[in-house]
Amino acid sequence: MSKPKVGFYWCASCGGCEEAVVDLAEDVLKVVEAVEIVFWPVALDFKRSDVEAMKDGELAACFVNGAIRTSEQEEMAELLRQKSQLLIAFGSCSHLGGVPGLANLWDRQAIFDYVYKEAPSVTNPDGVVPQERLKLGSNGYALTLPAFRDTVRALDQVVEVDYYLPGCPPPVKLIVNAVMAILDNKLPPKGTVLAPDKALCEECPRKPTKPDKLALKELKRPHQIQIDSEKCLLAQGLLCLGPATRSGCEAPCVSANMPCTGCLGPTSRVKDYGAKALSAIASLIDSEDEKEIANLMEQIVDPIGTFYRYSLPASLLHRRVPHKGGAPA
Amino acid sequence: MSEQWEPRVVAFFCTWCTYTAADLAGISRMAYAPNARIVRVMCSGRIDPQFVLKALADGADGVLIGGCHPGDCHYQSGNYKALRRYTLLKRVLTEMGIEPERVRLEWISASEGDRVQKVMNEMAEQIRRLGPLRLERPPKPHRAAVKEREAVAVSSQGGAR
Repeated sequence: MSKPKVGFYWCASCGGCEEAVVDLAEDVLKVVEAVEIVFWPVALDFKRSDVEAMKDGELAACFVNGAIRTSEQEEMAELLRQKSQLLIAFGSCSHLGGVPGLANLWDRQAIFDYVYKEAPSVTNPDGVVPQERLKLGSNGYALTLPAFRDTVRALDQVVEVDYYLPGCPPPVKLIVNAVMAILDNKLPPKGTVLAPDKALCEECPRKPTKPDKLALKELKRPHQIQIDSEKCLLAQGLLCLGPATRSGCEAPCVSANMPCTGCLGPTSRVKDYGAKALSAIASLIDSEDEKEIANLMEQIVDPIGTFYRYSLPASLLHRRVPHKGGAPA
Repeated sequence: MSEQWEPRVVAFFCTWCTYTAADLAGISRMAYAPNARIVRVMCSGRIDPQFVLKALADGADGVLIGGCHPGDCHYQSGNYKALRRYTLLKRVLTEMGIEPERVRLEWISASEGDRVQKVMNEMAEQIRRLGPLRLERPPKPHRAAVKEREAVAVSSQGGAR
């Protein structure tokens, strides 16, 4: 019997998810033994035409990381959807939009203006910006680039996704569990996020030191205090998003004195991660005075970057209002 | 187009104070702007920020939240919780390019029918000044996957171990 064929692909991402595959360490041998990797542009020399030559559904599973920003990424998402029996959103960016999704606070024009003209490190006297199509001389040749869309999207906002492996990058244990579940045909219903459906606090090593009732009088940032390495970070006034975030990572950040930033996204009942995280933190603030509350909330320097760091495109608002509201022209 | 546009406001009123006040306004035959759809909740502390965002994302031009005066909450501190969430949510809305004046929190006790009338009129006027919000809808996650995701949520056993 031939081994099931598997593919990996990346879209708008940093490469950390590919690194996570390598982080499987010896377990990667088990995976390689059980499957045949037929597409993985980061590591192996396969081309798009190799995928195009496949039959529909020829890939047993394809793991796609990264958000969708360009027309090329859209095309690849569609192509891989067609060729794969299971399409798995791998990592925060393809799951919820991820860090690249924070670019939804701007639009294409603003990004191009800054990156190619206004940034202090840029020298571009002719104001050259990337063109989707550029004709060269009179010989008929043209250069093309993929279109850069206004809005960053999560993978399931472009094509149907069967499963989600959350995390930035997905924890090794969850990857192994997912691969084994695929091989043993023991997958949960489609659309499931392949991680425990409980909040991170449940598996946090600092849980025993979490007071029954958290009451925050001030909000601190990690560089501002000497962090107690045993005590619940929220109890120390640090903005830890553990209460709103899905577990499954075994809290490596929290164990290293860094508050949870929410990369595994919400549990299954939550539609908008940022709103829920904001709600959880606001609930813990110990103040009933309007002025004091306003001052405390001002201590959260970057609310979008804090609460929507990994999930802006998949949130209810999904992007900044481009025209600043107001009556139509 | 703008001649036909009428402000659409979703109002979340706590059942003990503001909703009762709205009832009183009705019984007292006080006329006020008909732009708000009132959603009765048990307590302003029940209002998840997701409700407000969902209302705006689904076409509301503004959201009004009504709760008991400080110190009067039927559940002791729900209104303070609402105030804290509202304060933080307004910062998020501002950064997302939505005028913070589109969302308003008011303390209205059960006896203040006239205050419901005043706030409802002010809110309609405020939103009329700001104009329609017309948020661009996010791309819908793929249907089939979503249905099953919700099914998992209902069975509350989601997630592979």
